[in-house]
Amino acid sequence: MARLPQNPEALRAQFGPHLNLAPPGGWDADPAPGKTVATHCCFCGQQCGIKLKVADNKVVGFEPWEEFPFNKGKLCPKGVKRYLQGSHPDRLLHAMKRTEAGFVPMGWNEAMERTVAEIQRIQASSGPDAFAMLSGVSLSNEKSYLAGKFARLGLGTRNLDYNGRLCMVSAGAGNKKAFGVDRAANAWDDLPLADVIWVSGANVAECAPITTDYIWRARDRGARLIVVDPRITPLGRTADLVLPLKPGTDCALTNGILHLLEKWNLLDHDFIRDHTQGFEATLEAARPCTPAWTSAVTGLPVAAIEKAARMWGEAKTSFLLHARGIEHQSKGVENVSSCINLVLATGRIGRPGCGYATITGQGNGQGGREHGHKCDQLPGNRDIENPEHRRHICSVWDCTDAELPHKGLSAQEIMEEIHAGSIKGLLCLCFNPLVSLPDSTFTREALEKLEFFVSFDFFLSETAQHADLVFPSALHEEDEGTATSAEGRVIRLRKAVDSPGEARPDWQIMVELARRLGRGRFFDHFTSSEAIFQELRRASAGGTADYAGITYAKIERQMGVFWPCPTEDHPGTPRLFEGGKFFHPDGRARFIPTPWRPPMEVVDDAYPVWLTTGRVVFHYLSGTQTRRIGWLVEQCPHPYLELHPRLAQRYGIVEGGAVEITTRRGVLVLPAKVVTTIRPDTVFIPYHWPGALGANRLTARHLDPVSRIPEFKVSACRLTATDPARFPPELLELQRMAAAAALLPEKVL
Amino acid sequence: MVDPAYGFYIDPQRCIGCRSCVAACAECGTHRGHAMIHLDELDRRASTQTGPTVCMHCEDPICAMACPADAIKRTEDGVVHASQKPRCVACQNCELSCPFGVPIVLPGLEQMLKCDLCYDRSSTGLRPMCATVCPSQALLFAPRHEVAAMRSSQPLRDFQVGTLAIRTRTALMVPDPGQPLNLDVAALLDGDF
Repeated sequence: MARLPQNPEALRAQFGPHLNLAPPGGWDADPAPGKTVATHCCFCGQQCGIKLKVADNKVVGFEPWEEFPFNKGKLCPKGVKRYLQGSHPDRLLHAMKRTEAGFVPMGWNEAMERTVAEIQRIQASSGPDAFAMLSGVSLSNEKSYLAGKFARLGLGTRNLDYNGRLCMVSAGAGNKKAFGVDRAANAWDDLPLADVIWVSGANVAECAPITTDYIWRARDRGARLIVVDPRITPLGRTADLVLPLKPGTDCALTNGILHLLEKWNLLDHDFIRDHTQGFEATLEAARPCTPAWTSAVTGLPVAAIEKAARMWGEAKTSFLLHARGIEHQSKGVENVSSCINLVLATGRIGRPGCGYATITGQGNGQGGREHGHKCDQLPGNRDIENPEHRRHICSVWDCTDAELPHKGLSAQEIMEEIHAGSIKGLLCLCFNPLVSLPDSTFTREALEKLEFFVSFDFFLSETAQHADLVFPSALHEEDEGTATSAEGRVIRLRKAVDSPGEARPDWQIMVELARRLGRGRFFDHFTSSEAIFQELRRASAGGTADYAGITYAKIERQMGVFWPCPTEDHPGTPRLFEGGKFFHPDGRARFIPTPWRPPMEVVDDAYPVWLTTGRVVFHYLSGTQTRRIGWLVEQCPHPYLELHPRLAQRYGIVEGGAVEITTRRGVLVLPAKVVTTIRPDTVFIPYHWPGALGANRLTARHLDPVSRIPEFKVSACRLTATDPARFPPELLELQRMAAAAALLPEKVL
Repeated sequence: MVDPAYGFYIDPQRCIGCRSCVAACAECGTHRGHAMIHLDELDRRASTQTGPTVCMHCEDPICAMACPADAIKRTEDGVVHASQKPRCVACQNCELSCPFGVPIVLPGLEQMLKCDLCYDRSSTGLRPMCATVCPSQALLFAPRHEVAAMRSSQPLRDFQVGTLAIRTRTALMVPDPGQPLNLDVAALLDGDF
């Protein structure tokens, strides 16, 4: 029973989150001049270049890397303060085991032996798939690739999935359906060349801040900007058109736009004829979506819908961007398809200034979803159920088809099976499901049922607190490797410092475990990250995500290489689909009909308000790292409930006052932030916190049937003004720490 | 010396409120954990508009005129520096007199610190920290002759404060007057598109 070994206060005292406020030695220290290491930020899919300043084997600061072409020195505040995750007092330095008295250090060998014995015990008694693995795409390409191989050949389980399942799987599925490949269609350099930019469900300013400048460079040339979001985000504030639609109605809007494009003859008939298929059926599905119908479903005025259709339809060049807002839905894939339909219908793709992309959120959200990290995937973005694909991977891995497991369960489904008792053991790394999966009460119950739970972590995350055994792993800046940015640009991550204590890069821990499980012959040659990358190149060769021609040296020389890059003399492919050539065997893109259907949960008399969740600029995902960096916590210490004054008035809620938010899953009490910049029927909560502060206590386990992504963006809730005495103690503690951080810039709190 | 061909431009339209400028200011080699600029939400209830405040570097700085200790110096390149430590008496005259709200006497420090254009960087050919990192380039440090081609907004360097005419080194970017923005979603939904 993996219940918490200590009370939360004792765990916090030992493992944090404490706030690191100053570089090693304090602000007045003058460390001996060391080196600067040109690497990348770990805190989102844009992978900005950054130079870390290193002295005495410690990261002591940063310097903008102005030569790196994507961001040219620009950094969001997470990037600026990222170096403070190093030399952190919460860092795990030794393997830890859970005892009656709490977590205590244990010897490395004992930790390995116990883990191997438990894996073997569970698999012997309940079958190989009763031991599951959850991983994450903040890992490098090398670690992601190895996680896929380790689960299949090291553990022999089919049940490996990853936290990309909560990120961009809807986009991936939609892209594969339409284009036969899953990658941003363009490098961001095409954004400033676009005449109209359409942004759907993407809080660009907060979740992909550097992209803002690309968009403004287009706007300064006269481009127009359309932003579709239930909230007026900082990017939406100055947009030419904001479309604050009802949560969960995105493909109703895009169908309505397609309807008008056809009606007003703003289609590119030549492109549709020569380069696509499936248009008639798609148009048929959009026929009922008249402006009046679209207005009724989306809650947008007819005039706004018509204006959007004109703006998009009449442009000569365009770029469409979307992100989690449309993807975190039970029809996430359909929403993505409906956006792609607008791009294809106007033929504006594969040319300068004509583009389309999802904005991948996680650090290595792109590369981490290409090389076998998913329950249904093999390297090179191959299909684990495709016999030809299996044959290729078996030959690279030197295994038999019988040794290679088939498709397993997706992340949420793994948690369901843990809860149901059929999965009894778990290895979790780079994933904090207790914060990031929906319905966290259910997730906690599941974790408490595990017979054996081993975690790799650099800080003890809320999920790892439930583990029986934790291996200390390495930070981003403690290992060599590569990642692939939201643009599809493969970039080099550089080691700046050694790991402290006994902490080691995840790949080394996986390789040692595999060896001790008797599977060393598949892993013994992995003596460095580069050795893993060499095999990744061969494994990906011939797949859609082809890295065969990419080497570490070439990445460094070119400051990134865009895949596909099949040969060493190939320069890489910044823009896909040039000449209207797509990746399906017939070279044509596919229109996908997307008839609208309601979200899985809709508002009613008992739960009359829409709830949507998202991120703030100061935190990264489940907050495991950013909730330990003092300055970031100072800016945004805890979650809040954002709502319109009209709604606030209806329920007697005042700015800063306590609000009880109830859904069918749970209850939170949070302070109100009353703003006119959100729909009056919708409230918003940022999700980066655990426990009584966790937005995911409220969200539902409703999944998209294709991508298996949870519907984080649409729930129904009820609001009640309540007594501030009901604020959770964690919230008051965070307020206290943030206030203290502002006054004590030298200390660790 | 800061290259006189380079101007500093503040474009509030582009500001996304991320405070990267403030975070990075504290990281500049000579600032040692103290941010010398700030960023405000102007009226969060009604808008997501935010505004970064860096020093305007006046040609005839009022803060220096108001300083009884002659602690605030302007170098030939037009940069108005933070107070000189032995001279500053932390009287806050500068704070009270600056029409742009720039100088701040930090509690506990007993000295006025303010934006010095990251002089250690800008005098050696680097851009100031804030303008280097700013994700939206709402803070821009660029050759003056390139800015007209880069931006649709117009730089404003002359300000009238009461009877006082002020010319600054730093420019405020002013967009063409367009439709006033309506940032109440309720009004937008009522058809005000």
